[in-house]
Amino acid sequence: MSTTDFPQTGGSTDPYAQSQDTTSGPVFTVTGQDWDEVVAGVDPDANERIVVNMGPQHPSTHGVLRLILEIEGESVTEARCGIGYLHTGIEKNMEYRTWTQGVTFCTRMDYLAPMHYEAAYVLGVEKLLGITDQVPEKAQVLRVMMMEVNRISSHLVAIATGGMEIGALTVMTVGFRERELCLDVFEMFSGLRMNHAYVRPGGVALDVPEGGLDAVDRFVALMRKRLPELAALCNQNPIFKGRLKDVGYLDLAGCLALGVTGPALRSTGYDWDLRKKQPYSGYETYDFDVITRDEPDAYGRFRIRLDEMNESLRIVEQCVARLRTLEGAPVMVADKKIAWPSQLAVGPDGQGNSLEHIRHIMGESMEALIHHFKLVTEGFRVPAGQVYTSLESPRGELSCHLVSDGGTRPYRAHFRDPSFSNLQATAAMSEGGMLADVIVAIASIDPVMGGVDR
Amino acid sequence: MSQTPTGGTQEPSSTAVGGEEVVPSEARTLEVVEVREGMFGIHGSGDTTGYGGLQRPIVMPGASRRPFGGWFDDTADQLERLLGESIGDGAVESVVVDRDELTLHVRRERVPEVCQHLRDDPALRYELCTGISGVHYPHETGRELHAVYHLLSMTHNRRIRLEVAVPESDPHIASVVAVYPTADWHERETYDFFGIIFDGHPALTRILMPDDWPGHPQRKDYPLGGIPVEYKGATIPPPDERRSYS
Repeated sequence: MSTTDFPQTGGSTDPYAQSQDTTSGPVFTVTGQDWDEVVAGVDPDANERIVVNMGPQHPSTHGVLRLILEIEGESVTEARCGIGYLHTGIEKNMEYRTWTQGVTFCTRMDYLAPMHYEAAYVLGVEKLLGITDQVPEKAQVLRVMMMEVNRISSHLVAIATGGMEIGALTVMTVGFRERELCLDVFEMFSGLRMNHAYVRPGGVALDVPEGGLDAVDRFVALMRKRLPELAALCNQNPIFKGRLKDVGYLDLAGCLALGVTGPALRSTGYDWDLRKKQPYSGYETYDFDVITRDEPDAYGRFRIRLDEMNESLRIVEQCVARLRTLEGAPVMVADKKIAWPSQLAVGPDGQGNSLEHIRHIMGESMEALIHHFKLVTEGFRVPAGQVYTSLESPRGELSCHLVSDGGTRPYRAHFRDPSFSNLQATAAMSEGGMLADVIVAIASIDPVMGGVDR
Repeated sequence: MSQTPTGGTQEPSSTAVGGEEVVPSEARTLEVVEVREGMFGIHGSGDTTGYGGLQRPIVMPGASRRPFGGWFDDTADQLERLLGESIGDGAVESVVVDRDELTLHVRRERVPEVCQHLRDDPALRYELCTGISGVHYPHETGRELHAVYHLLSMTHNRRIRLEVAVPESDPHIASVVAVYPTADWHERETYDFFGIIFDGHPALTRILMPDDWPGHPQRKDYPLGGIPVEYKGATIPPPDERRSYS
């Protein structure tokens, strides 16, 4: 800076700013000077703490999450979560529906990972019934395939919304564009893009649709091309790294104490993945790796999600190969006292009961009609007892505690939602950091409030 | 109500624990949670099939006797050693093995102690509490409310369940937040929905329901609402008053 820009005062004659002579010219320090003392005497709340309510309606709180932040300037001294704004009493509702209808309810809990919720619940019902081994192989493969496609779509939304919340809108558009492909697969296989009720006690609701496997092949091929785009956009992006690196730090001890599982736990380097440790639905027969990193921060979790999607694609490919050999195999348990009587089909006016089945019960067999009516309205009885089933959802350990009293409806259904437990780490991850980093920390544990509040 | 497998009824021997009397679980061999009548949901007249007179007790899996099988015995032995008392006369009331899952029924004031042992002992090492769930059994007089703790040992890849029963009139259980900080929200949720009060919890407030909500919605006797229909004053009855299959 040339010295002609500022008049040389050569001392503290400027009434507004003290200046100091340095080798590169005078440096002006603008302060309130003695006004600080005057103001401090007048204002009794000079050091007042500020409590900011963020949410429940806020574009960056990852859903209807309310954050109560105590801040000092830009740093957060205390952070608390207020939840319950999306509570809809799903668990209570399930107690007044049959065991099969329960699937329709729990699929609405975590709306980004519906397949995992359906599967956790159904695995519990099957364990109570004692028919875990009788579920046909094709149904198991279809469940695994749908769960892995769901893992991809869920991770994509996690990355997309996480990007949006820090202002990286391209990450969002890319993420949601890819998620659309996953929803197309869901629509093709279950008839619905969300709220599928696809996984049913005893199997799955629908057989593979015509051309379904080819569509999944195309999906995998396209994702193999597009996922690297997301990696190329973010992995080494200096702004992205600057916002995510060393933010939301939580080590292994913190994870275990606070009950944090999923990508956050694996980002501490611990390879805890229930698909490998306590396999269900035949996961032990698939070839895939558990992704871990030694960066327990938001960036590590982002990279884990990215890599897990590639592993999921590997599993989906193996599922498609198996499904090709299982053409014509049953997708529902053989026990007619449990299996849903009708098979759905897509007719000229949309999805519904297959015409063949309608013809059978309405025109051919009175007994078939009675059987259909009893099973659909009354449902099946489940022996009394309680079970606890767990699986690895995109957000961590998802468990279902089911109690049966021997009736046709669950006596109690409780879900251990991973987001619910993970959200408890909010304070540990964000206290002492900057206000803007709270958003990144919460996005990195990816809570879905539909699951948290149930 | 208590029944032995032979059908005889024995007087439950009660012991005073805490304030209210908790009926000890070892007094029964079968856990009768409900008695159902009829077959097709019709009660009283109207059923000409003869099924109306049918009475079926609903029985939960009862207490198991040794050997429990596999690592269940090791866990029980190790816990007996650490607690210095045998199963049945101390902190652990009974053990239920059902569907390859181990459930320990624990006395309510000893829960933190049992959890501390389960977490800290290298042979047990249940380092993660994956949740606390409540269940309401209105027919189990003196043990209506159950809190169910799900523990996971990542070291040994095992799961275990603790079940704690309290009477509705005195629903107090010692909190485990000091042992498992993750139990914080789970205990709040169980309090919110079942009204079980966890003594020693740092801030036991409602978590999912609004702060001023009356009652505890997941209890079986919580009144449910019907839906008014805008047609000649009709209503859809609440779910528990609709016809249901027994």
